[in-house]
Amino acid sequence: MKDNKVQITKNKSLSKVDEKFCELKNNKKLALMPFIMAGDPNIEITSEILLKLQENGADLIELGIPYSDPLADGPVIQVAASRALKSGTSPRKVIKLLESLKGRLNIPIILFSYLNPLLCFGFEKFCEIASNAGVSGLIVPDLPLEEAYKFSKIVSNHSMDLILLVAPTTPFERMKQISNHTKGFTYLVSVTGVTGERNKMENRVENLIAKLKDVNRNPIAVGFGISTPEHVNKVREWGADGVIIGSAFVKRISSSSKKDVVDYVGEFCKEMRLAADQKE
Amino acid sequence: MGKKRIIAETGAGQHGVATATVCARFGLKCIIYMGAEDIKRQSLNVFRMKLLGAEVKVVNSGTATLKDATSEAIRDWVSNVETTHYILGSVAGPHPFPKIVRDFHAVIGEETKKQCFEAFGSLPDILLACVGGGSNAMGLFHPFVKETSVRLIGVEAAGSGVDTDKHAATITKGSIGILHGSMSLLLQDDNGQVQEAHSISAGLDYPGVGPEHSHLKDIGRAEYGSVTDQEALDALRLVCELEGIIPALETSHAFAWLDKLCPTLEKDTHIVINCSGRGDKDVNTVASSLNI
Repeated sequence: MKDNKVQITKNKSLSKVDEKFCELKNNKKLALMPFIMAGDPNIEITSEILLKLQENGADLIELGIPYSDPLADGPVIQVAASRALKSGTSPRKVIKLLESLKGRLNIPIILFSYLNPLLCFGFEKFCEIASNAGVSGLIVPDLPLEEAYKFSKIVSNHSMDLILLVAPTTPFERMKQISNHTKGFTYLVSVTGVTGERNKMENRVENLIAKLKDVNRNPIAVGFGISTPEHVNKVREWGADGVIIGSAFVKRISSSSKKDVVDYVGEFCKEMRLAADQKE
Repeated sequence: MGKKRIIAETGAGQHGVATATVCARFGLKCIIYMGAEDIKRQSLNVFRMKLLGAEVKVVNSGTATLKDATSEAIRDWVSNVETTHYILGSVAGPHPFPKIVRDFHAVIGEETKKQCFEAFGSLPDILLACVGGGSNAMGLFHPFVKETSVRLIGVEAAGSGVDTDKHAATITKGSIGILHGSMSLLLQDDNGQVQEAHSISAGLDYPGVGPEHSHLKDIGRAEYGSVTDQEALDALRLVCELEGIIPALETSHAFAWLDKLCPTLEKDTHIVINCSGRGDKDVNTVASSLNI
C-alpha cells in the first residue's frame, strides 16, 4: 500500500497541484490556500507576502490578477483590485514578479483572473509565460463550463491546471461534468454569492462535499466566506481536502500599515495553519 | 418560478420605472440598482420608482453609472438567485438575457412593420435608433433583419467626441472583449481593463453593447454612427420646437443623426425613428447645459 502511494506521487503525468494534494493526503493534512491580490498595495509588498505565506504554512497560494469589473467579488476584494490597478499592476507585471521569485517561492501558485484581461493579452501567450514563470494553475471565475473545454486544453498543454468551480446551485448533472473536467482540484464555492467573509458556514456545504466525493476522487477545496478557525475546522470535518481563504487575508492587508503588513498577514496565516492541522 | 423578489439595474431610469410598475401591479418586492451619478441626473425617474414602491439602491462603486449598477445587480442575483428573479434591462448580460430582452422588445419592430404598411403600404426604407446597451434598437431592428431592403442604423453617444477619452461609442471605437457575461465590442485599455464611458445621457453611458449589435455590425447588416453630447442637445431643442415633444436625451441622439443622414437621401425616403423615451426626466440636465 505504501509503495503504491509513492508510485502515484512519482507519476510523470501528475501536475504540481496534483502532487501537492497527494503529499497532503498522505500526511492527512488539509490544504491551506490563502488568496491575495497581486499589487495590493504594491507589487514589492506582494512579493514579501508571498514568501511569508509560504514560510508560515500555506500549501498553495491563489494570487489574484486585478480586474476593473470583478463580478464574483464582494467589496473587500473589489477595493483590493482597484488599489492594485492604481499601483499599476498588469498581468505582465504579475508574471515578472513570479519570475523574480523563482527558486525561492516553491509551493504551487494558482493565478486567479477574470477572462477578459487574459483574452486581451492573448490566452495562449499568457499560458506560455505563466508556465515559464512557474505558475501551476489558473482559476477563471467567469469562464462557463461550455467554454472551458478548449481553454483547459491550452492550459494543460502548458503544464498547468485549469481549475473549475462548482456552486451550491449547480445542478447535479452539471456538477458531475465540472468535476470530471476540472484539473488539480474542484473549487467548491460554499455560498450562493460573491467573495467576502460570512459569520457561519452553510450546513449544506457538507452535503455538497459528499455529492462531489460520489462523483470522483478529485480533491475538493472549499472557498468563499471562510475566515475563522471554526470555519476551517468545519470544512475539514466535512471531509474536504483544502480550504481557500481570501477576503480575510485581503482585509488584513488593507487594514495595516505598509511597515507591518507582512508580519500581520503572516501571523494570520499561522493561525489558520493551526486550525487546519487541528486534530479532532 | 414562485420568486417573490425582483431586481433590475437602470441607467436613465426608464427600465427601473417599468420594472417597478410591474412589481406594483403584481405585489412583488422590487429592488432597483442605480449608479449615484445617474440618481443625480435622473431624479424624476428615481422619484417615480419610489412612488411605485421600489427600493432604489445607490451604487457608488466604479464610475457610479449603468455599468456598475449592472455589476451590483448581477452580484445580488448570484447571491439571492434561489428567491430572486433578475429583469435585465438591455440586450446585454449573460446568455440568454440578450435573446430574452430582444424578443420582448421586438414588439416595437412588429408594431412598426404593421403601421408602415398601414401608413404607406410598404416596408420603411430606414430604421433609426439610439444604442447604449441597445435594447430599443434591437427591438426595432429584429423583425426587419431579414428584410434586406431596410437599412438599419444605430446611433451611439460620442460624448465630447470619439477622438477624446470621453465617449460611449462602443461599436465605433471598441474592441472585442467580455463584460457582464457576454462577448461583444467593449471600450477597454491595452490590459483588458474596462474603460470609463461618458455620455450626457445616462441610458447610453455604458462601455459595452449587446452582442447581437456587434454581430449585425460584423456581418454588415446594420450601420452604426455616433453623435456628440452637443449635437444631441441641439436635436432635442429642435424636436421640441418643430414637433412639440421633448424626446429623451438618449432618443435625441437618433434624431441628431438625421442631420448627417438626410442630405444623402432621395426625396420621399421613409425613415422610422424609435422615439424610445420622453425627456421630462432630462429637463434639469438640459437646462443646465443649454443655460435656459
